[in-house]
Amino acid sequence: MTAGFLIASAFLASAVEFVEALTIVLAAGVSRGWRSALAGLGAATLVLAVIVAVLGPALTRVPISALRLVVGALLLTFGLQWLRKAILRASGFKALHDEDAIFARELEEARTARGDQRAGIDWFGFTLAFKGVLLEGLEVAFIVVTFGSAQGRIGLAALGAGAALVLVATVGILVRAPLARVPENTLKFAVGAMLTTFGIFWSTEGAGAHWPGQDASLPGVLVFVLVLSLAAVVTLRRSRVAVA
Amino acid sequence: MRHIRAFGRFWWDFVVGDDPRAAAGAVLAIGVTALLVKTGVDAWWLMPAAIAAVLSLSLRRAADRG
Repeated sequence: MTAGFLIASAFLASAVEFVEALTIVLAAGVSRGWRSALAGLGAATLVLAVIVAVLGPALTRVPISALRLVVGALLLTFGLQWLRKAILRASGFKALHDEDAIFARELEEARTARGDQRAGIDWFGFTLAFKGVLLEGLEVAFIVVTFGSAQGRIGLAALGAGAALVLVATVGILVRAPLARVPENTLKFAVGAMLTTFGIFWSTEGAGAHWPGQDASLPGVLVFVLVLSLAAVVTLRRSRVAVA
Repeated sequence: MRHIRAFGRFWWDFVVGDDPRAAAGAVLAIGVTALLVKTGVDAWWLMPAAIAAVLSLSLRRAADRG
């Protein structure tokens, strides 16, 4: 697999998660104060950095075939979830992800919650930002560690995720609003296809089989997954129209 | 005990999600691939075919539920 493919995959997957985390931090900041929201953001970032710093080097000591088998299986089950939801959204069987609606809901909850100040920090705002960033960030950490370790290049995966963080944070600071114009549903579709592709590729190699052309067959697997997914969207849309 | 269950539940939702049968199908396909390789068949073709079937069945179940 080329380095560019690895960086692009980590970048796209991370960007989707960071957009969601930004929405939660914005809701916490606007409603409960920026000091608490930024403290929650900082604490969660620290926890995530520790997780990646501990797990990353530890995984590089596992034999590559065993690692690819386990990572491939994890990415496959994880990626199938993403892809399944993306196909159901694209075909109208599941509501589209709407950052504006999520922001409004989080804002309403945060504004009506009781205040509890500790050490000059609003506890609700801190917890809201901390949990939001930690949960979304765990997916990023999972992707960086699995993508990077299976390829023996955690640094490149982290580079892709870091670039996504800088981009989303910069745009977030500039616009100070949820990034509702990001084509998030399309991105989720692409990321689901990528995760499933890597899952198929690595789990097959981990099981001991050999792809024709080795790494060169990876784009072929991606095309297969995309064609399969788009065909599923068309079929489901038709069945929905037929029932209506 | 409650925290351990919550921790397990989090990881189950995170990796497996709301369709355990799809996850089980994927793991089964990996196992069958490994078995075929042990018998001397380079079964690289099995995973794409199996995942196509697993995904189709999972989507069909979701669509039937509406």
